Amino acid sequence: MEDKNIASVKPFEKERENLADNYKHINGWGIDADPENEPTYPMKTYTGDDHNRLEWERPPLQIQTVEILKSIEHPRLTAVYGTVAPPSGLSGMIRRFAFKYSESTYAHWLPLVFADRINVVEGIVDDLAHGHIPNIFAEKGWKAEWKYNRQEFVQNIAITIAVATAAIIIFSKSKKKKKKSLFSF
Amino acid sequence: MNYRGPFRVRADHNKPDPEILHPQDAIVRVTRSCICGSDLHIYHGLVPDTRVGTTFGHEFTGVVEQVGTGVQKLKVGDHVLVPFNIACGSCTFCKQELYGNCHESNPEATAVGGIFGYSHTAGGYDGGQAEYVRVPYADVGPTIIPEGMDLDDAVLLTDVVPTGYQAAEMGGIKKGDTVVVFGAGPIGIMAAKCAWLFGAARVIIIDHLEYRLEFARNYSQCEAYNFKSLGDPVVFMKKTTGGLGADVCIDAVGAEAAGDTMQTLLGRKMLMTGGSATALHWAINSVKKGGIISIVGVYGPINALVPIGNVVNKGLTIRANQASVKRLLPRMIEHVQAGRIDPKGIITHRIPLEEVSEAYHIFSAKRDNCIKPVLIPPKAEMRA
Repeated sequence: MEDKNIASVKPFEKERENLADNYKHINGWGIDADPENEPTYPMKTYTGDDHNRLEWERPPLQIQTVEILKSIEHPRLTAVYGTVAPPSGLSGMIRRFAFKYSESTYAHWLPLVFADRINVVEGIVDDLAHGHIPNIFAEKGWKAEWKYNRQEFVQNIAITIAVATAAIIIFSKSKKKKKKSLFSF
Repeated sequence: MNYRGPFRVRADHNKPDPEILHPQDAIVRVTRSCICGSDLHIYHGLVPDTRVGTTFGHEFTGVVEQVGTGVQKLKVGDHVLVPFNIACGSCTFCKQELYGNCHESNPEATAVGGIFGYSHTAGGYDGGQAEYVRVPYADVGPTIIPEGMDLDDAVLLTDVVPTGYQAAEMGGIKKGDTVVVFGAGPIGIMAAKCAWLFGAARVIIIDHLEYRLEFARNYSQCEAYNFKSLGDPVVFMKKTTGGLGADVCIDAVGAEAAGDTMQTLLGRKMLMTGGSATALHWAINSVKKGGIISIVGVYGPINALVPIGNVVNKGLTIRANQASVKRLLPRMIEHVQAGRIDPKGIITHRIPLEEVSEAYHIFSAKRDNCIKPVLIPPKAEMRA
């Protein structure tokens, strides 16, 4: 749907030839214009189409079958788009909130990053709901780590286990102390 | 391939095959698919709106299996290389050959056009690290692989070669220039190689991984330095270029640059900026006054920390874009056929698609001297 707040601009093409006539009152207007001096040349073949704004002949429009979150900076849905993983669940709610804000704001991007993290948990829940227990070690490709970096890999696992064991021991000791102090009344 | 969260991907046999959703779509059976350095940004969870369940992959070749009613140039059975940009060919930007900036392929953001398998921020498309992939605007981007061209060469024409070439092209390199490339990943190595094609007199590449520097010395025939042993790389650059700085600096690193603790903390760990912009920071400070910075490294959409005051005070020109693959392809094919560029020379790993989790880990953790991994789907070797 067209955004009515975007000003309609007449196609520039028809006016281009006579454009200089509009600026006769400005001495020297356009005298140094040089298409070869377009700073993005040769990256861009300048045609002046920019001035036609949204007036190009659009491709056929994809029929919308899933929810698509559209940037509020876009005046209309693009002719094609991906339909993978439409917004759903809590992460979907957060994404819908994010898309109320422009791409120029943290209010757009930070909630999306947050939604991505929530989505990871949703993914695990979804796996379990479908009877699939995710093998996180395999998904992280640790088989390759075992193959190419075994010594450091084993060392890191040993350190992790040692730190975790120490933490559990310290935690359980402090819990016992608390219990004792409760009974000391 | 199915993304499950940062550092977690798996081969998924249950994902439904893609369908034609638009008259100008094609369905392509993938024959080769690379993992790009920029895929690591989404794999690491750095690009916002990367949704669980997505398939990555924007560098692929494949055989056309099905076409929509509006497709006229391609037919079933054509073996094509598919540019990573999804481009309509008719919007203002495509008409001016800015195929990386199409305005009809990504509803989720205006700053970037649609890209295969690169998050919903780039349009929410599934990518080519799969057996089959939906290819929109099939008459615009996909190009039939020239007869006799090696598939491994063809797949690198979808991104690496044109991106490296455009990095050099945007640098506006003049004969005799000194060009510094930050980053000795596949793109940096290719940019260094291509800098010579524009007449550079000296090409220097900077990284911190010795095996990559060694690879660059051989493949790109350039000087290569480890910034960890340089002290201050900016001072080194000034000294080695006669005191003024390089003529052209290319940032081929993007969001995950090492070398600066604060950038790493804010950009890579806390995700408070669009990535660690250390390479771009060094590029700005290493180039001469009035010099040119060319950026092809990928950053996230949030602000990045760069010394913009120095850009003003030094009168620098910054040129940046996603490569316009379709625009560059004819020239790239000429270079490959003439032997001036050897794309497959950067491939170090050929891995079955089934082992995608290991492939990502090897590339991400820089194991086994990995430069460029290519994934091969199970049906590809039998029928391609």
